[in-house]
Amino acid sequence: MALHKKFENKLGAATREAFGKALVELGRTNKDVVVCDADLSKSTYTNGFQKEFPERFFQCGIAESNMVAIGGGLAASGKIPFVASFSAFVLNKGFEQLRITAAFPNKNLKVVGTHSGISIGEDGPSQMSIEDISLATSLAGFTVLCPADEVSMMALCKAAAEHVGPVFIRAGRAKAAILYDDKDDFKIGQAMELSSGRDVTLIGTGLMVAECLKAAILLEAEGIAARVLDFHTIKPIDRDAIERAAKETRAIVVAEEHLVDCGLGTRVAQVVAQTAPCAMEFVGIDNRYAESGTPEELLKKYGLVASEIVAEARKAIARKS
Amino acid sequence: MFAKTTDSNELKAICLRTRRQIIEMITAAKSGHPGGSLSAVEILVTLYHSVMRHDPTNPKWPERDRFLLSKGHACPVLYAVMADCGYCPVDQLNTLRQLGSMYQGHPDVRFLPALEASTGSLGEGLSLAIGMALAAKLDGTTTRAYVVLGDGEVQEGQIWEAAMFAGFHKVDNVCCIVDRNKIQLDGFVSDIMDLSPLEDKWRAFNWHVIEVDGHDLAALEAAFAEAEATKGKPTVLIANTIKGKGVSFMENNPKFHGSAPTKEEMEKALAELV
Repeated sequence: MALHKKFENKLGAATREAFGKALVELGRTNKDVVVCDADLSKSTYTNGFQKEFPERFFQCGIAESNMVAIGGGLAASGKIPFVASFSAFVLNKGFEQLRITAAFPNKNLKVVGTHSGISIGEDGPSQMSIEDISLATSLAGFTVLCPADEVSMMALCKAAAEHVGPVFIRAGRAKAAILYDDKDDFKIGQAMELSSGRDVTLIGTGLMVAECLKAAILLEAEGIAARVLDFHTIKPIDRDAIERAAKETRAIVVAEEHLVDCGLGTRVAQVVAQTAPCAMEFVGIDNRYAESGTPEELLKKYGLVASEIVAEARKAIARKS
Repeated sequence: MFAKTTDSNELKAICLRTRRQIIEMITAAKSGHPGGSLSAVEILVTLYHSVMRHDPTNPKWPERDRFLLSKGHACPVLYAVMADCGYCPVDQLNTLRQLGSMYQGHPDVRFLPALEASTGSLGEGLSLAIGMALAAKLDGTTTRAYVVLGDGEVQEGQIWEAAMFAGFHKVDNVCCIVDRNKIQLDGFVSDIMDLSPLEDKWRAFNWHVIEVDGHDLAALEAAFAEAEATKGKPTVLIANTIKGKGVSFMENNPKFHGSAPTKEEMEKALAELV
């Protein structure tokens, strides 16, 4: 295993906070960028944009369905709207509006769901979003992004603004380990390789990318060289990276802070089945809702930690054909 | 820019041929929604011929007024009026609902780009119109956004989220028209989910409310002028209409909410529409 850069496991900003910073920078360079929020601007960090560009910020109140469709109308008139709320609310309550006013007519709407996964902690399962990857990827024509750290979130927010078409960006509440620096180049649809290896591939998205790196370091101690891939883009999926991983390592583990039934892992498996079938294992939330607790307690209890990824990697390697 | 007219004889003639086209289109398609198309004829003809600033030769003119048919199932009236203005071919109206037709079963911008929005899932149009109106305000244009809702559609919760937003944010370049034809798919609105007092509901959401006879061309034109002159508040026209208006056996008949006339019924209807 060879890490492409030193991993210090140093926490940076939460990806929601990086999103807020990116919005302000976008606002300064593009007057068509507008923002809608549904009474959560202090939590989604859209309040920075609101402060600097009050005329381009629309407070929609606690009414996500209307907010999403207003975004569709703004997009239809040439604006680049970013509509933001907790992921659980903007996708579940706004799903019909995303389908009819953004996906179906292919409008240039950017939807940002913060507080994704279970790492939001104490607020509990009504606020947690463990099905948002499934919902967002089911919208035809949508691009779906789930950046892992502040650097990639900033870069991918800008890429999303430049991309013409509907985009969903998944952001988290918890502080995220820094994986990248300003020299890294992010392209929508292109996975990032963080370590090279030919014994097993660990694919992660969001917070789980850092856990995959930690798992790779643990596996190295056992003499197993793990390739680590950051799938910051879930749709369109990087088919080439998956095919190479399947052919070259013959064992893949996918880790995500999401229901395993219908997330990144199922999409990766689809490509593996079509290209080079190999042993696969999945780390995620297994057909249940979580509970209150600290983010660390929850991630451990629900199996979203490096030690689980290591265990699944051993299982996949044992099943290699 | 499209030349406006307020000549009542000319407008009445346009309404008549629009009704004939609606009947012919839906009969040819063997399915569709005649009742709610016929009830909205005068509303759309007044908007496209007497009120809105638009240009069929330049459908994406940025400063145009926007029209959205939120009750998308009534699209035959929209297609007929747009074709009559020159946005799309009259001679293809009878391809309604056929594979590949620009005249899809519900409005679809992918097939008819001159449309402002794809609609058909009820409750979406007012929010979309508000978004377009906000964009116009940011751009400093005089664009107004007009959106027609069905009265049954007003049962959707999103309409009231949107109404609250526009009232609070004083989106006075939005004008909403409720085509109150009093019938929805399952029967009379008053039996399914009564809306009354409808005017009071909109007033309570800080809208300027105008009740109008939705088949009186001069009254509609005056109401739209009043709406445009009303600043600091969005305006809603509660347009009292008759479902199936103009065809005796379709008027106030829930059966013709969503079923096509037979060939014989079409001949009978066309004989009345002269």
